[in-house]
Amino acid sequence: MLLDLVAKLGRTTLGLIRAAGSLTLFALSGLSHIFRPPFYGRVFLSTFLETGFFSLPVVALTALFSGGVIALQSYTGFAQYHVQSAIAGIVVLAVTRELGPVLAGLMVAGRVGAAMAAEIGTMRVTDQVDALTTLSTNPMKYLVAPRLLAGIIALPLLVLVADVLGVAGGFTVSVVKLGFSPHAYITSTLNSVKVIDVTVGLVKAALFGFLIALMGCYYGYNSKGGAEGVGTATTSAVVAASILLLAFDYLLTDLFFSQ
Amino acid sequence: MTGTLPKIRIRDLHKSFGSKKVLDGINLDVMPGTSFVIIGGSGSGKSVLLRCILGLITPDAGSIEIDGEDMLTASPRRQDALRGKIGMLFQNGALFDSLPVWENVTFGLLALKRLNRKDARGHAGSILAQVGLDPSVGELYPSELSGGMQKRVGLARAIAAQPDILFFDEPTTGLDPIMGAVIDGLIVDCVKKLGSTAIAITHDMASAQRIGDDAAMLYKGQLIWHGPASSLMDSGNAMVDQFTHGRREGPITMELRR
Repeated sequence: MLLDLVAKLGRTTLGLIRAAGSLTLFALSGLSHIFRPPFYGRVFLSTFLETGFFSLPVVALTALFSGGVIALQSYTGFAQYHVQSAIAGIVVLAVTRELGPVLAGLMVAGRVGAAMAAEIGTMRVTDQVDALTTLSTNPMKYLVAPRLLAGIIALPLLVLVADVLGVAGGFTVSVVKLGFSPHAYITSTLNSVKVIDVTVGLVKAALFGFLIALMGCYYGYNSKGGAEGVGTATTSAVVAASILLLAFDYLLTDLFFSQ
Repeated sequence: MTGTLPKIRIRDLHKSFGSKKVLDGINLDVMPGTSFVIIGGSGSGKSVLLRCILGLITPDAGSIEIDGEDMLTASPRRQDALRGKIGMLFQNGALFDSLPVWENVTFGLLALKRLNRKDARGHAGSILAQVGLDPSVGELYPSELSGGMQKRVGLARAIAAQPDILFFDEPTTGLDPIMGAVIDGLIVDCVKKLGSTAIAITHDMASAQRIGDDAAMLYKGQLIWHGPASSLMDSGNAMVDQFTHGRREGPITMELRR
């Protein structure tokens, strides 16, 4: 009984180590192909548009409403201590440091990470990935590298938009609903935000973009067993990307902002 | 037999997945210009054998030589070059869904930079014509094609780079008998025209006899019979005869019942 338990624990541990090793090798291989020709510009461009441009509406709406909600919630709490003037600073710091990258990342993970896993997974189970190899094309170079690069570049751009719209959401609620002076709000916002806040947000976004694309590609590439396997790969990609994204968000916040 | 080097030479090839032995000491010579058919039941290791030759699966032991060069010990660059000699028609076509037919057909040529995109569309039209398709099909996407048309496009893609070696994985599976015969005819024509060496794996006995010069039967990871494709239906081997005639009773059924 005890031996069985130890054996099961050992198998699980070995499985986790194997999975971590396999993911690391996959990531390193994908990254190395970004810098080595041939480059597949068309694949990059279509993935970049899908990741960046077509994710704009959902990211924009999420950021806009989140900025508004922070302003509203902060006002409720801060009014008790008569520090409503801090709302602009709270909104801009929350949006640029955390909410912009995290919300955009989660939205893109659900939208694009899932699509990447489903597309590559379908290609895997219908032999299209093997067909690439037989046609003198390295699947890591053709399928994975352009997606990783698109994720790394597109997400920071999306987060820039999310930052602006998040602040705009807070501004709109504060001015229209809470009666703040537009000029005072903007001045307070500009006084509160520092370059490092936006920069770290963008660094986070680049890492999140990489993680989302990596999970989509990894689970898709290793999917097995037809439609069910592709479905499992898609779910796993989104769940893994979301968890990794939140974990790395904490680590980067701790690295850059903890005293 | 005439002292010519085999185009493909396989020696003592082994492959297992976990505890399941899929290939168990395969030895095979395929001479240049011949069409070799491998028959066998589902799970007998036919597809794994083809994938090992293509380098899509790494065998556990043994050697695979193409034109005398060992595929398994060659550098990745040489493996790519050797793979470039091979055209493959996959069982389900394996056409790229996101690309139009013309780009599917010329994908390998574009990858090898033997063609630019401007010329590729016209070239695809001429290859599509070789497999009996109208060049206008080039503008369609794979999802808009019937099963037979997808197989033809897959064949067009396989022959586009004029390979020395052609592999066909179940070329007639999922097709009606007439379309199956049409595809077989196209395969024979293409192999003849290109002077290629071909290996086909199939369950379809009519197809095996139409395509093949030589044939072998794979059973439980071993080649249990090898002879002319014309003698498939009358091989003198109990297992082969049972398989080719589709009899329920015989040594294979006995094995399956266990």
